[in-house]
Amino acid sequence: MTINQSGWRPEMGTGGDDTVATYTGNRALMLEEALIFEIGDSSTTGVDIAPALKAAPRLGGLERNARIGLPGLSEPETVRHYTRLSRQNYAIDLGLFPLGSCTMKHNPRLNEKIARMKGFADVHPLQPQETVQGALAVIQELAVWLIELTGMYGVAMAPKAGAHGELCGILCIKAALEARGEDRPLILVPESAHGTNPATAAFAGFRVENIPATAEGRVDLAALKARLGPDVAGVMITNPNTCGLFERDMKAISDAVHAAGGYVYCDGANFNAIVGRVRPGDLGIDAMHINLHKTFSTPHGGGGPGSGPVVLSEALAPFGPIPFVSLMKDGSYKLVEEESAGALHPQTFGRMAAFHGQMGMFTRALSYILSHGADGLRQVAEDAVLNANYILRCLEDVLDAPFAASGPCMHEALFSDSGLAEGFSTLDIAKGLIDEGFHPMTVYFPLVVHGAMLVEPTETESKATLDQFIGALRSVACRARQGDAALKSAPHFAPRHRLDETLAARKPVLVWKEAELAQAAE
Amino acid sequence: MRYLPLTQPDRQAMLATIGASSIDDLFVDVPAEARLPGPIVGLPNHASEMAVERHFSNLARKNMAASHHPFFLGAGAYKHHIPATVDHIIQRGEFLTAYTPYQPEIAQGTLQMLFEFQTQVARLFGCDVANASMYDGSTACWEAISMAGRVAKRKKAVLSSGLHPHYVSVANTMAHFTGDTLETALPALNAATDAERLIEAIDDETSCVVVQYPDILGRIGDLSEIAAKAHAHGALLVAVVTEPVALGAIRSPGEMGADIVVGEGQSIGVGLQFGGPYVGLFACKEKFVRQMPGRLCGETVDATGKRGFVLTLSTREQHIRREKATSNICTNAGLCALAFSIHMTLLGERGLRDLAALNHASAVTAAEHLSAVPGVTLVNESFFNEFTLKLSKPARPIVHQLAERGILGGVSLGRLFPGAPDLENGLIIAVTETVTAQDVETLAIALEEILA
Repeated sequence: MTINQSGWRPEMGTGGDDTVATYTGNRALMLEEALIFEIGDSSTTGVDIAPALKAAPRLGGLERNARIGLPGLSEPETVRHYTRLSRQNYAIDLGLFPLGSCTMKHNPRLNEKIARMKGFADVHPLQPQETVQGALAVIQELAVWLIELTGMYGVAMAPKAGAHGELCGILCIKAALEARGEDRPLILVPESAHGTNPATAAFAGFRVENIPATAEGRVDLAALKARLGPDVAGVMITNPNTCGLFERDMKAISDAVHAAGGYVYCDGANFNAIVGRVRPGDLGIDAMHINLHKTFSTPHGGGGPGSGPVVLSEALAPFGPIPFVSLMKDGSYKLVEEESAGALHPQTFGRMAAFHGQMGMFTRALSYILSHGADGLRQVAEDAVLNANYILRCLEDVLDAPFAASGPCMHEALFSDSGLAEGFSTLDIAKGLIDEGFHPMTVYFPLVVHGAMLVEPTETESKATLDQFIGALRSVACRARQGDAALKSAPHFAPRHRLDETLAARKPVLVWKEAELAQAAE
Repeated sequence: MRYLPLTQPDRQAMLATIGASSIDDLFVDVPAEARLPGPIVGLPNHASEMAVERHFSNLARKNMAASHHPFFLGAGAYKHHIPATVDHIIQRGEFLTAYTPYQPEIAQGTLQMLFEFQTQVARLFGCDVANASMYDGSTACWEAISMAGRVAKRKKAVLSSGLHPHYVSVANTMAHFTGDTLETALPALNAATDAERLIEAIDDETSCVVVQYPDILGRIGDLSEIAAKAHAHGALLVAVVTEPVALGAIRSPGEMGADIVVGEGQSIGVGLQFGGPYVGLFACKEKFVRQMPGRLCGETVDATGKRGFVLTLSTREQHIRREKATSNICTNAGLCALAFSIHMTLLGERGLRDLAALNHASAVTAAEHLSAVPGVTLVNESFFNEFTLKLSKPARPIVHQLAERGILGGVSLGRLFPGAPDLENGLIIAVTETVTAQDVETLAIALEEILA
């Protein structure tokens, strides 16, 4: 049965640049693609499935008889559908993707190949442990690297993404306080923090208070010290911070928090700036998550999967989650689960996901780490910081750089919308960059800077690419300063013009419905 | 250092532009005592592609890969055949190396895919709406309990004894810190689900009742009565599906009154991967949409009136609401959601139903065969592609003995429920379309010898 019996044709564009209409709505290589619900039907399939054996059903009388409404496509149609969709995406493979705080670096294809080796990809999480020794060895080897690179005491490999890692660290803090018999309900977070920090603290049952920043974009140590007390469980600090600056007072912050009986959580989203140059363990950090999909190059996949191992200090390591891998005296690897935790890890706060971490990300990250080695990883940080400073200094004459006087930036350069013409904003610059063939930077974050633009080039860009990007951003910035009206309607050359986000939120359409089509046809 | 394009002259020229004499000048804000003087001592330096690949090949060989052996493991992760098309498409750089679609004009590929994914999940689960994915089934399960608490404004959840014990563990971890109360129980090795216990336990304090369908032992129970009782007391029914292929054969939880349906999407398109990354599925009734966690993709129009898609209702999310967000989740499982969606598109309704029918028939045949082995009885009356056997001896050592014979022979209840003597003779067997009659015969012979 055809789900959409009336067929589908893309809407004809009117106005804007779409002055020349085409029959299909396509623009040569810019191909429109319908939804699977409009082109597929429930009787088509792209797989050949062997006929089932004859057997009396034992489904408890709960057979599904009603139509489900899942369209199928043949294999060639499927390949074409998704290939066409893919071409409407920008990606690191296509060009510079300078999203600040996201570390969009090159994703080596060796990592993809290794993750797909049968011995890693085709292994069940509950197989007997003697049948997965190689997989456990990978987890252990990566764990050792992460500990060495950060100078920390231990690492929890279970968390499934950065925010899940934050949760892991915060639960460790909560468990440690419980073990001390203390109830400290409060977590302090700088105003410039990622939104996940306060959200995580609240998710784990803490109250959150902001601590202010200094005029030069760093944590206000005096204000922090003044707020510390017996109600403070800890602080969550990003270092390098979200203004792209190293927190010079990090050690003093840690010492003050420890003296007041609290713990220091560090958001490690920006670890790429310091890997191989600075070890967070030397700065008094108690817990820090590492986004393997940032610093260690695992692909971001259009929104994940991530992986967020958390390195822990000696004070917090006893409370880390199960399961984890332990190297035994006989040279074998053991997965410590509920059963053995009582003997081997008695203070664990428990399990935080069904199985044992993002194996497919571990293989990729370790492949990246081994490829770079200790010397290469140090060079990663140096080139990432060099590239960001180069962008900062090449653009500070046309874009306001609020903290440029604070000294060099780390791996990302921060600009504000100050100096743009009346009515022009950061958003216009972002959309103008799209027309220039670049993904925009992170916009309107951190919140402490008006109309923030946070540019993180990463170390995997050549000087030629950086120079072209600088030229493009300079051009767009000048247009915004001069009030070029054409910029207000950018992007002009993307698959879509600016999208109506207000409409999407006011009248949410989150799934496709047959009825809609009928209405549209009226 | 093949991933680093800058040359030494580039670096010198850039330092000159910046006005720095050396790279160290850019790290001046790092306190002197924390600066590392050179590469960390004791760690190896960079390695060639060939050397790295060889290292991993050696480690990979030390694992028993599911495809190379008779394989019967399930219990929350399932081995299905994944069409080659799926892995080809998810490796296209435009999908693989894109970020979360913050700039919708140049992310329509990811966004349209997510809109299709949300619709597929909602329809499969029998719900109005679904989100753009969670980390995995277990974390989605806690998010559902947490959401039900927000909706019902209560803090006590009743968990079925048929819920995967690792999902229970995850919920217990979180509930301990949030102050929620969870009523849990161990399953019994018999054919009936614990529906009666659940119905009994629901009262006016209950935020939700959480039921796995099919449950950890593979049993399939009607959820309608539980839903009715829950609704009569202002509580929600949360259904958990760890094997979504089942819903090609059995009624959806939504049809039976579930308010929130979550699941593990791994078995469609994603693969085993030793436990991750997987993809959490999350769907619910439309009236609860503003309490949902995670990203949502919605339809809209662009400035010229063309249809397009954006991330929407983000006022629920951490980057806007911060400590008042519905969840702290940011990155989810986008690429695994894509794999799920491609596989589901290839299957279509007809393929999904055929695949489910093949799984079920193979499992029924295998259950008959295996329960004819002396010392083996079948616990289930109803099941989809997974059932529980009760052996005459503890199952846990037997799993290791089977592995010695090259058979990956199921998941013992002793591993899942350590310290529960009543369950230690239980063995969960999954039979998907990848299991051959010869595999079943091999397992039956081995079990007969071991149990003799």
